[in-house]
Amino acid sequence: MSTIFDRLRGRRLTGVGTIGLIIVSLVVILAIIGPYIAPHDAIQHNLKARYAPLGYTDPEHGTYWLGTDQLGRDILSRIIAGCRVSVIVSIFAVFIAGSIGVSYGLIAGFVGGWVDQIMMRIADALLSIPFIVLVVAISGVVGAGIVTLILILGFTGWVTYARVTRGEVLVAKELDYVIAATVVGQSKVRIMFQHILPNVMSSAVVLAALQVGVTIIAESSLSFLGLGVQPPSVTWGLMLADGRASIGSAWWMTTFPGVAITIVVLGVVFLGDWMRDVLDPRLRGE
Amino acid sequence: MAAYVIRRLFISIPTVFLVVTAVFFAFQVIPGDAARMYAGDQASVAAVEAIRVELGLDQPVSVQYLSYLKRLVSGDLGISFITRRPVTVEIGTRFANTAILAFGAIILSTLLGIFMGVVAALNRGKWLDYFLSVLAVGGISIPVFWLGLLLMFLFSLKLHWLPTAGNATWQHYIMPTFCLSVYSVAFITRMARSTVLDVLGSDYVRTAQSKGLREKIINMRHVVRNALIPLITTVGLRFGYMLGGAVVTETVFAWPGVGRLLVIAVTQRDIPVVQGILLVFASMFLLVNIIVDVLYSVADPRLSY
Repeated sequence: MSTIFDRLRGRRLTGVGTIGLIIVSLVVILAIIGPYIAPHDAIQHNLKARYAPLGYTDPEHGTYWLGTDQLGRDILSRIIAGCRVSVIVSIFAVFIAGSIGVSYGLIAGFVGGWVDQIMMRIADALLSIPFIVLVVAISGVVGAGIVTLILILGFTGWVTYARVTRGEVLVAKELDYVIAATVVGQSKVRIMFQHILPNVMSSAVVLAALQVGVTIIAESSLSFLGLGVQPPSVTWGLMLADGRASIGSAWWMTTFPGVAITIVVLGVVFLGDWMRDVLDPRLRGE
Repeated sequence: MAAYVIRRLFISIPTVFLVVTAVFFAFQVIPGDAARMYAGDQASVAAVEAIRVELGLDQPVSVQYLSYLKRLVSGDLGISFITRRPVTVEIGTRFANTAILAFGAIILSTLLGIFMGVVAALNRGKWLDYFLSVLAVGGISIPVFWLGLLLMFLFSLKLHWLPTAGNATWQHYIMPTFCLSVYSVAFITRMARSTVLDVLGSDYVRTAQSKGLREKIINMRHVVRNALIPLITTVGLRFGYMLGGAVVTETVFAWPGVGRLLVIAVTQRDIPVVQGILLVFASMFLLVNIIVDVLYSVADPRLSY
């Protein structure tokens, strides 16, 4: 891992890479300190100021810069609060999926033979059910909530990592120094962790960076459908679901959460693209 | 060729079997009494027990699994808990709507994505490349359901050009198909651009250039043709995304398809319908990818099976 950071640090950030880094850092900071700097309480109702437009000033509660929703809750504060769920869900889900996928691919590729055949057949079977379809089916039936959502996204999203890692392991196994390590009689476990794993990590890290964006969209889609995070938790997907009915009259309710999701995913994609170009140009298109 | 198709179909049998098994057991471990769900909340204990026997839910899991397999082979996906109609009927009446949407979107995104990617790559570093690349990054970042809401707001509520929901006329198809395509157009654009750039740097293109061939001929005959081949596989995998995206898109546009049925069935905990849809989607995905693999072997003469 440390070598990956060294390699990233050694490279100058490109223009889009910088934009990506700024957006992602901002979202992470907001996720941590958001509630302390938000102008209003994100779940505080104000029934006298329902559907208030942009910049509406309430004598008691102050100004709602981005308007309010159907319960008079401040849109800006809710967008800031929504950062937390997006960051928590995407980081943990990607971490779980990545850990499972990398271990799975490492074992399948390293052991090879019929074990590899069976393991990849199982992975193919899981891949044949579209990701969102699988997640919708499970979360709807198991029940929703942040922890459940993280587990579901984590335990269903690992297949891509497994396939990529396995491919990399098959290449790494043939490298001269890995063969040399085998010849001098190093143990298989040691070869796997010390020689092969570092070789396949950069692909996994790049893939994880790009998967964060996919996970953020998956989380907001599920919450939008009512199958993800539940109120009173604040998420951008739920905000969009709230605003859907009044899109003609209170356009701000759907516009700003959508902009928030798009900008964050854009930032993640920019950062991920830059990491890919530095670490692993072969992954283009994954 | 025929032998390859048959072998390819044969290889996918274990995959289908695994999917079926996973779908069966996944819904065994989740909490909830299926007989109670089927009978409804008001049903008496005796009625629930009668249904339990009727559905075979009193049998051991292994027996249930075998009878589940037996029913599947004869094309029976069970009965919906809510409507009491066969799951095959529930899915069958909506299947065409989703298939049209998904295939329409996959064709649109393949053509448009390849076109945009090739144009961007051949104009590398010029403003057209930047413009298309920015468009592509935007396309993969925007959530489908938000895009759908925006389009609906603009074209239905403000401009009154297009209908909001349903699938009664051909105008109804425009927004959902477009919406479902956006992510894949962007994805394929990015990928086509990078594969074309790879080919542009290859030895045989340099040879063609040093032979003094006209640039247009090189681009068409050598670059684009060779770059498109690896893209074929991506299109197959994109199809899985189309089915997933259909779930969200159909919900936004109240499209009477299988994706929306899934969301409804899931909220009503109509497990036979959910299981049926998972199996139908998985089979569609596997079938499309077999077709794609066969096309791939036709397109790339270097591969022989």
